[in-house]
Amino acid sequence: MNDTPTIAPVALERGTSDVLTKAEIRLAHREVRRHKMVAFALVVPLLLFLFFSFVAPIATMLHRGFYSPVVAQLIPNTLQSLATWDGQGQPDDAVLTNMAIDLKRLAADRTSGKLAAEINRNKPGASSVVKSSARKLRRTDDADLAQNGATLLLAANKAWADPLMWRAVQKSGDTYTDGFYLTALDLERTFEGELQIREATQIYIKLYTKTLRMALIITLMCLILGYPLAYYLANAPSKTANLLMIFVLLPFWTSLLVRTTAWIALLQTNGVVNSFLTGVGITSEPLDMLYTEFSTIIAMTHILLPFMILPLYSVMKGIDPTLMRAAMSMGARPIPAFIKIYLPNTMPGLSAGALLVFIISVGYYITPALVGGTDGQMISNIIAFHMQQSNNWGLAAALGSMLLILILTLYWVYDHLVGTDNIKLG
Amino acid sequence: MSTDGALDFLRFANIQKSYDQKTMVVKDFSLDVAKGEFLTLLGPSGSGKTTVLMMMAGFESVTHGEILLDGHPITRTAPYKRNIGMVFQNYALFPHMSIAENLAYPLKVRKLAKADIAQKVEKFLQLIELEDFAGRMPAQLSGGQRQRVALARALIFSPSLVLMDEPLGALDKKLREQMQLEIMRLHKKLGFTVIYVTHDQTEALTMSDRIAVFNDGVVQQCAAPEVLYEQPANAFVADFIGENNFVPGKIVGLDEGMVRIEIAGGEEIIAMHSDCDVIGTKCRVSIRPEKMFILPSEHTFANKITVKFLARLYVGDYIRYFFELPDKTEVVVKVLNDHEAPKFGEGDEAHLISRRKDCFAFAVT
Repeated sequence: MNDTPTIAPVALERGTSDVLTKAEIRLAHREVRRHKMVAFALVVPLLLFLFFSFVAPIATMLHRGFYSPVVAQLIPNTLQSLATWDGQGQPDDAVLTNMAIDLKRLAADRTSGKLAAEINRNKPGASSVVKSSARKLRRTDDADLAQNGATLLLAANKAWADPLMWRAVQKSGDTYTDGFYLTALDLERTFEGELQIREATQIYIKLYTKTLRMALIITLMCLILGYPLAYYLANAPSKTANLLMIFVLLPFWTSLLVRTTAWIALLQTNGVVNSFLTGVGITSEPLDMLYTEFSTIIAMTHILLPFMILPLYSVMKGIDPTLMRAAMSMGARPIPAFIKIYLPNTMPGLSAGALLVFIISVGYYITPALVGGTDGQMISNIIAFHMQQSNNWGLAAALGSMLLILILTLYWVYDHLVGTDNIKLG
Repeated sequence: MSTDGALDFLRFANIQKSYDQKTMVVKDFSLDVAKGEFLTLLGPSGSGKTTVLMMMAGFESVTHGEILLDGHPITRTAPYKRNIGMVFQNYALFPHMSIAENLAYPLKVRKLAKADIAQKVEKFLQLIELEDFAGRMPAQLSGGQRQRVALARALIFSPSLVLMDEPLGALDKKLREQMQLEIMRLHKKLGFTVIYVTHDQTEALTMSDRIAVFNDGVVQQCAAPEVLYEQPANAFVADFIGENNFVPGKIVGLDEGMVRIEIAGGEEIIAMHSDCDVIGTKCRVSIRPEKMFILPSEHTFANKITVKFLARLYVGDYIRYFFELPDKTEVVVKVLNDHEAPKFGEGDEAHLISRRKDCFAFAVT
């Protein structure tokens, strides 16, 4: 009895005070800060890696699509004097002279080919003009060139009298240009600045459409093949399911190249499939299956199938198998019950799988390159072509950026229609 | 028993089930269930009780025999044509539908008018006291609430028969008792027939009109709870339902439907006999702990056994005494915790008595 009064007030005070003291607040803040620091320190290596391997390359690529410094670096003087030209008729002699001097220097440096390629992009046929002029001007005297540069240039090739030639030079000289993006969209800008459909070949829009169509077909094929299999896997006894799962994952463990070349062996003119078809007598002549859109779709469906099956399987595994029984006990026939009850519950896996397969196939390179021929090429193959063969990195960058924008747009549309919080990968 | 109709509303005629064509999971199961009856299938796991339920629902095929519902054979009817309500252990609520949509589903399947559906859903939400939860998703509900929704969903299309597969297995003890009362209330109010599967004997004893005890695919006994508890038909039932002492002995005499059994130490017990009445055979006498009494002093009573005190366990509302027979058989006695509960020292001699009708002799197999 004696102890109680001395203890009770203290206990009461501690118990009822819900306001923290300053020291306590500081302590709590420090604790929170410490947690944040630890979390950040753990993520830093990944952030750094992502920056150098993902953010920086993409930024460079986006920049490349606008930035083309080559011509500006090769013939700075000519471009400077050309800046005042009104675009009509033959430019001043000073411009022609500067060009003649620049060309001679380039010929000596063996870089005239670079200039020729750049200008040729804006005016087909200009390449030979630049190259031959440079070759001829190489042997001229410096003093003579400074005096009669214009005459010598015109003597080397009379195409230099053509204002269209100079427009092409001027256009190529822009350090920052929207030309690559316009080309990627099959557009071009007239001298007056109007946009118009490219007069030369229009291939890119068609190629984008074709790429999207093929990606869609591949996604649908994966869905049709993957959904029943994932369903079976999710409902089979674990021993069978594990064994089958190995078969699903097997393609992941073999080289992509091996799998693709296997399709070549199967589909070629005197390959396994054709031998069988002609042998059985279904067709009298072997079918052209390899190097077509068909072979690309078949091979890519095979390669991407696991990306569809895995998310579907993991979502289906989590669906209570009694749901269907419950629906049937309530009087629903199996197919309506499947559509109303089972299918909506597999949506997260279905969306994740479809999105994954679609996005991967839109940007796929190796398989169409190997089995696609000309018919089965996708946008990535053209990007690679511009990177490796035509050396037009600006156009490659523009095409790549367009692909990125396209995928982000599709993702955005998808997010609005389905909702990305509905995606479940595992 | 709230029987108000045909006594053979649901009939199982010689049902057999084998999954692998070699071993029988259910062996020759025959049973009549009356309309409005609450019948429980009770048994340890793997005893075949869930298989019987699944055959009734149509999710498992019947290897041999016939199931008749209201006189019509339904053995080969598709599950969705049987019109039998079913409640699952894991609720099986459709996770992508709200509570109201879940309840409406069986009515939508039956193509009822929208107004009728809304009205019925409203009525059943009231019945399970979840009116305010109509728009919630199943994941936002507690286990007890989910099971109430599952129950309402199985009842909303007015099936005459409702199957329940361990519906309260996933709930904690307190919630389970609440739900037991809830199910009994709905059963009384709506008058449907229930086949209830459980391995929880307390649940079975408190809720059922009749209980069928399963073991090894065979019904060991099918009777009302008090009969099952107080007059077990065989040793399995005596052991499975409640707690029991088994005192080994030998039959030494027959006496007006009873048997006299000599136990270790030479004392005799007179017991009801169920499956052994041959003098000289060995048997076991089952006596429930609460049907044995500790004698305050040494008197000569029939059915008295002399034992040695081992230990005393204080449980709260009662006290458990552990005794030992001369042959080391342990005997448990439950005594209400009042001031008369006796005290012993370890090794003290005590005397226990029991009524003849509470002792049952079973053959030793």
